[in-house]
Amino acid sequence: MEIKIQKRVLAANETMAEKNRKFFAEKKVFVLNMMSSPGSGKTETLCKTLSRIMPGIRTGVIVGDICTCNDADRLKATGAVAVQINTDQFGGDCHLAAHMIEKTAKELDLDNLDLLIVENIGNLVCPAEFDIGEDARTVVLSVTEGEDKPLKYPLMFRLADSAILNKVDLLPYLDFNAKEAVDNMTQVHPGMPVFELSAKTEEGFEPWINWLESKVRSKI
Amino acid sequence: MHEMGVAQQIANIAIDAIPSEIENPKIEVLNLRIGKLAAVVEHSLRFCMEIIAKDTPLEGARVVIDEVDVRARCKSCGHEWVVEGPAFRCPACTDGTVELLSGRELEISSLEIAD
Repeated sequence: MEIKIQKRVLAANETMAEKNRKFFAEKKVFVLNMMSSPGSGKTETLCKTLSRIMPGIRTGVIVGDICTCNDADRLKATGAVAVQINTDQFGGDCHLAAHMIEKTAKELDLDNLDLLIVENIGNLVCPAEFDIGEDARTVVLSVTEGEDKPLKYPLMFRLADSAILNKVDLLPYLDFNAKEAVDNMTQVHPGMPVFELSAKTEEGFEPWINWLESKVRSKI
Repeated sequence: MHEMGVAQQIANIAIDAIPSEIENPKIEVLNLRIGKLAAVVEHSLRFCMEIIAKDTPLEGARVVIDEVDVRARCKSCGHEWVVEGPAFRCPACTDGTVELLSGRELEISSLEIAD
């Protein structure tokens, strides 16, 4: 006997993500999901971003790691509200799922926030698949990785609304071809804005900050 | 990497779909549709399904995976094509505003239960 089902396997996550999206819309909080491989400099980029946009844009951060609160501690030092999710309590998950965001967002005073940034687990595969109820996604790639990462992980770059090419201050010391990396990103996602910057020296930050601020202001 | 969680969701949905009047049900075939862009590794998923299925009506079920092509439509000229590589620019007009028609599926289509 055949039983037709026709159900999406991740329907439970998608339903929760939609619930989150409605909740964040009511609170007029713009939610940015930041993703990358481990070590691309997400946290440092965020620290420098926070120091530029606050207090004008009131920002909170949810940061995901399998273990440790190191990243939340670094982000709190900027004066932002930062909450750590350790996924070892959820089985060491390789991504943040919508239910984790729903639970953690309650710890934040969303009525007094304009922007919530979710720093996802360092991983270019799994986080791409899991909607968390965000308004936009930004993927960070650094020049110490391969130029062909966008081609190897197309879903991540295809679904991103913007990309950052980080650590450009290291370009003189590497064989990395920045143009090729950017071409690969825009091959997977034509038209996607790519910001070439260095979180260490803060060169190239202006266009990225302008993009982020215009996105946030469009919602509040 | 999250195939175990996906396998668990698949098992929950499949087992919930079994009509309650069937005594000692045994699922013989589980039909899945997985898009080529879905972040799921087929080999890992099959391995995880075997573990999850143990001591459930899914134990021993044959998992049939219908792999779905990545299809796209150009928003500019309307051309539709199967995306073979990781490039999403329209081959007809080279425009880049592209709509994904398929390739992200991760669905259970049906079960076949022993009569």
